[in-house]
Amino acid sequence: MAGIRDKVAIIGMGCSKFGERWDASPDDLMLEAYTEALADAAIAKEDIQMAWLGVFFDEQNVGKSAIPLSQALRLPNIPVTRVENLCATGTEALRGAVYAVAAGACDIAMALGVEKLKDTGYGGLPERTKGTFEDLWQPNSTAPGSFAQLASAYSAKHGVDMQDLKRAMAHVSWKSHQNGARNPKAHLQSVVDMDKILNAPMVSFPLGLFDCCGVSDGAACAIVTTPEKAREMGFDNPVVVKALQLAASNGVEMSHNSWDGSYTMTTRMAAQRAYAEAGIKDPLKELSMTEVHDCFSITELVVMEDLGLSKEGQGYKDILNGKYDADGEVPCQIDGGLKCFGHPIGASGLRMAYEVYTQINGRAGSRQLKDPVMGLTHNLGGIPNRNVCSVSILGRLNQ
Amino acid sequence: MTSVGITAYGAYLPKRRLNRAAIAAANAWMNPALKGMGKGAKAMCNWDEDTVTMAVEAGRDCLTGIDRATVDSVTLASTTLPFADRHNAGIVLAALTLDENSESIDVTATQRAGTTALIKALKAGGNALVLAADHRVAKPGSAQEMQLGDGAAALLLGTEKVIARFLGSHSLARDLVDHYRSANAEYDYNLEERWIRDMGYDLIVPEAAKQALVKAGVAAADIDHFIMPATQNGLDARQAKRIGVKAEAVRSNLNREIGEAGVAHPLLMLVHALEEAQPGQKIMVIGFGQGADVLIFETTDALKQLPKRSGVTGQLAKGAEDNNYQRFLSFNGQIDYEWGIRAERDNRTAQSTAYRKRDSITSFLGGKCTQCGTVQFPKSNVCVNPNCQAIGTQIDHPFADLEAAVKTFTEDNLAYSPNPPLQYGNIGFNEGGNIYMDLTDFDSGTISVGSKVRMVFRIKDFDDKRGFRRYFWKAAPAA
Repeated sequence: MAGIRDKVAIIGMGCSKFGERWDASPDDLMLEAYTEALADAAIAKEDIQMAWLGVFFDEQNVGKSAIPLSQALRLPNIPVTRVENLCATGTEALRGAVYAVAAGACDIAMALGVEKLKDTGYGGLPERTKGTFEDLWQPNSTAPGSFAQLASAYSAKHGVDMQDLKRAMAHVSWKSHQNGARNPKAHLQSVVDMDKILNAPMVSFPLGLFDCCGVSDGAACAIVTTPEKAREMGFDNPVVVKALQLAASNGVEMSHNSWDGSYTMTTRMAAQRAYAEAGIKDPLKELSMTEVHDCFSITELVVMEDLGLSKEGQGYKDILNGKYDADGEVPCQIDGGLKCFGHPIGASGLRMAYEVYTQINGRAGSRQLKDPVMGLTHNLGGIPNRNVCSVSILGRLNQ
Repeated sequence: MTSVGITAYGAYLPKRRLNRAAIAAANAWMNPALKGMGKGAKAMCNWDEDTVTMAVEAGRDCLTGIDRATVDSVTLASTTLPFADRHNAGIVLAALTLDENSESIDVTATQRAGTTALIKALKAGGNALVLAADHRVAKPGSAQEMQLGDGAAALLLGTEKVIARFLGSHSLARDLVDHYRSANAEYDYNLEERWIRDMGYDLIVPEAAKQALVKAGVAAADIDHFIMPATQNGLDARQAKRIGVKAEAVRSNLNREIGEAGVAHPLLMLVHALEEAQPGQKIMVIGFGQGADVLIFETTDALKQLPKRSGVTGQLAKGAEDNNYQRFLSFNGQIDYEWGIRAERDNRTAQSTAYRKRDSITSFLGGKCTQCGTVQFPKSNVCVNPNCQAIGTQIDHPFADLEAAVKTFTEDNLAYSPNPPLQYGNIGFNEGGNIYMDLTDFDSGTISVGSKVRMVFRIKDFDDKRGFRRYFWKAAPAA
């Protein structure tokens, strides 16, 4: 079977401090992530042969094209490509670099994602056009309002009282705050108690303030090469890409009544493909950790089911039972997730990979998990009705 | 005797009924006289309603059970058309999916526009749809603010299955300036009520009515339903008496329930009369404004065979009390609230897109796959059914009257809405198809998964920068 499994190694990663980086420009954030990754890989700028830049909000950030990356780092006129695929943008940048290496187009490639959201003037994500036709009929929805739809449908479909669902959602956020407090690079590093979460102001029913992730500035970077080259460079058993999959909505969730609105269809597809690519039979047993797209607490809740880690309609119970807590069966968002590490969109997919990479290498400090061998990252870009889902699985070459 | 007449009727009143006591409470400090007017309520447009949207709803009500292909002209009468230069009736025609090869016209610039349009259409013949709607905005603290309400009426004319035969009419134009609104003015300027009564109504109405009675060959005493809108109390009975119409024939002017709906009002009262009249009764309708129009009808046996519709009675029953005067001002752009950065969004319409997609956006036509039968919105090149995906197989499928229910929803406090929270969700159609769309007219906290909804034509967005508004359909409570 064709695929990417074990064909590409990650030899260096970096991640800037996430948060409201009022004093930092995208240039500063990119340099911060890049410098760490370059030192981690122990290579020189000239060793990078191709690069991919992930940026979502181009007009309010660095502008279009990949030139901002080339210019910020003064790259030696190598091929640099800008990618954008909603919240999966960071993972798309990684996918570009990984594919280039796997294809033999180059030996060493770099993926860098950056987002400067706090120059937009908005709390939350800025308003934007959805397309000239879509603007004529689709609601002027917000991200929380779009994801809140999941909660209403989940509650109705599974007969879960909204108050019970709210408690499970609150646990998702409570857990991420617990984890984020042990991450010095996280945007939000304070623990929050359940009462405060449950009694927070309503943003988009039924999502309250603490059901929503942070809006942050940040950048993350990965340097990839072939396992052979990695070995030559002294990485004996490097972290490699086991799977890298993407599923894009084709309009079924938007226009066809077969989707009931209570889950994310693309996650189910991308996850199954990724498990097949990575050779995973039982994700619950084989995955050491997950970093999923917890843009909103309800997203993480349904995604636990969509990834096959919880049975359909049972995810909320598993969450309340601590299955995904730091000391649970499969810890989720050990770095704080989008909720607390933050969500600079173009960087987020790479930030997730950064955490899995850091954990597998045993460098996660006070939040280090015990002997993680394989981790999954998941992005859901767009809205439940219309999205791009990326799933990557990273692990040791020989495990 | 002519065989032309009314063949169907319909009405629309905005759901919100603003209590006059709330207006009086807010404004009596500067105009204590308002306290005495603080009884009843006025129908008020939601932020997403205007003359065009109300006319569409009245038209839909009127066309209940009627083949739209039989309608051959559309007239829209109003003094509050949203566009001074854009064919407003054309928007209504498209929203009602009427044949674009129909005559259509906007009639405006007098409170008589509705009755004049009706006379013209009756005389022209054909299956004419006459719509009258008004959304008049009065100066805060004025008596008119208390008096005026919003609404629309629709009448379908023709010569078959006539429910009310047209017996005759008379029109009289006399430039008595009881009120006026200059071309670019925001508000009406009103003259003294006693002068309007003594030199206006008292002299003009009986004169025109008597001529209409002669033309129709009807005696005043034989009128069973006397319809004359007026904001002055007792003015209707006073004119009935001067004409010789019996006192019990004077119909309620509905001012207490909904206010005075301008151009729409005589037609609304006529619709109301048709709902309550018995076959063989005679109806006199008077429209006043720099002269008068008087029309006389006689109901027929067919009146009771008209398929059930909402009408004025149904619309009166749908009203929901509102006591928020500040919100009323805001809906009408009379208070400049701080809406935050999200209200700064540029709502420029790509007119070429809107034109290309007008069947989807205005007429609400989706697609139906002729291969697998899947109903979908928007209509697309490739069938959305994962098991079909046929190319180029979809035919137009109207969505406006399909039964539907809420599948998912939110009430969004973050999104900008002129009436927060913004309500939207996935709407599942019983026949198939799903649309992620705006909800409207739901009270906060009353939406649930499974709530039955009805599609309504509403304002989607305002583009204040360019003075434009665009329309689309929304999901409103079904009942």
